[in-house]
Amino acid sequence: MQRNEMKLEFDSRSCNEGFARVAVAAFMTQLNPTLEEVADVKTAVSEAVTNAIIHAYEGDVRKIEIESWIEGDLLTVAVRDTGRGIADIKRAMEPMFTTKAECDRAGMGFAFMEAFMDSLRVESEPGRGTCVTMTKHITREQNKYERQ
Amino acid sequence: MECFDVRGTTLFVKLPPEIDHHNAEELRKEADRLLKKRLIRRMVFDFEKTVFMDSSGIGMIMGRYKIMRFMGGDVTAVHVNDRMRRILKMSGICKLIDICDEAPGAQDTELSGSRGR
Repeated sequence: MQRNEMKLEFDSRSCNEGFARVAVAAFMTQLNPTLEEVADVKTAVSEAVTNAIIHAYEGDVRKIEIESWIEGDLLTVAVRDTGRGIADIKRAMEPMFTTKAECDRAGMGFAFMEAFMDSLRVESEPGRGTCVTMTKHITREQNKYERQ
Repeated sequence: MECFDVRGTTLFVKLPPEIDHHNAEELRKEADRLLKKRLIRRMVFDFEKTVFMDSSGIGMIMGRYKIMRFMGGDVTAVHVNDRMRRILKMSGICKLIDICDEAPGAQDTELSGSRGR
């Protein structure tokens, strides 16, 4: 399969969280994913976009960008913001760690992204922004067969 | 709000199809308003219609669990499907709240209302 890519840009409003995950889910349907694979990706996208809204922009309305591409059976999703950035990425990725406990944040965002995707890479620079890149192989047996 | 129902000292919350940061916030506000206003000893989250939940939902439930524990009550999740069970397990919250596939009968809720104090 040839590389196929898409790019989205939207306001960092919480009402766009649903839009973002459904858009990526619609894009990945060409890989004929299982319902579970779609749910996994939707959850991971929702976590990344929520992080951008809550932590990167802290409620300010700015832009979030999602780039996604498909190569073979591999789906890649990159969620990018130009917000405050993460000073200590390792610490931010620890399960249960949160800087916003008072807002009922569970500190599970990155843990969920890691659990539901095959790989997760977080690049960030304080004051410049954050890019979260996740990949997942969509490996339904029937798919492999069809693509050969 | 339609999805909130107080019966005796139990607060039933019918969760929406999707729980994310956007609507977890709404649920939190309404739940906390009722918890302040009424004497509640048990919260029952009904997942019957829920097909999607991310960690914002976990945070919302965890927060209400803390309030209920503080007030000497407990929290139950009912109609939990496989996907939601997986999410609840991953978060570790299943060690804190009761989870069942079925809804407890009203009687059962009354009888076991004193548990966990």
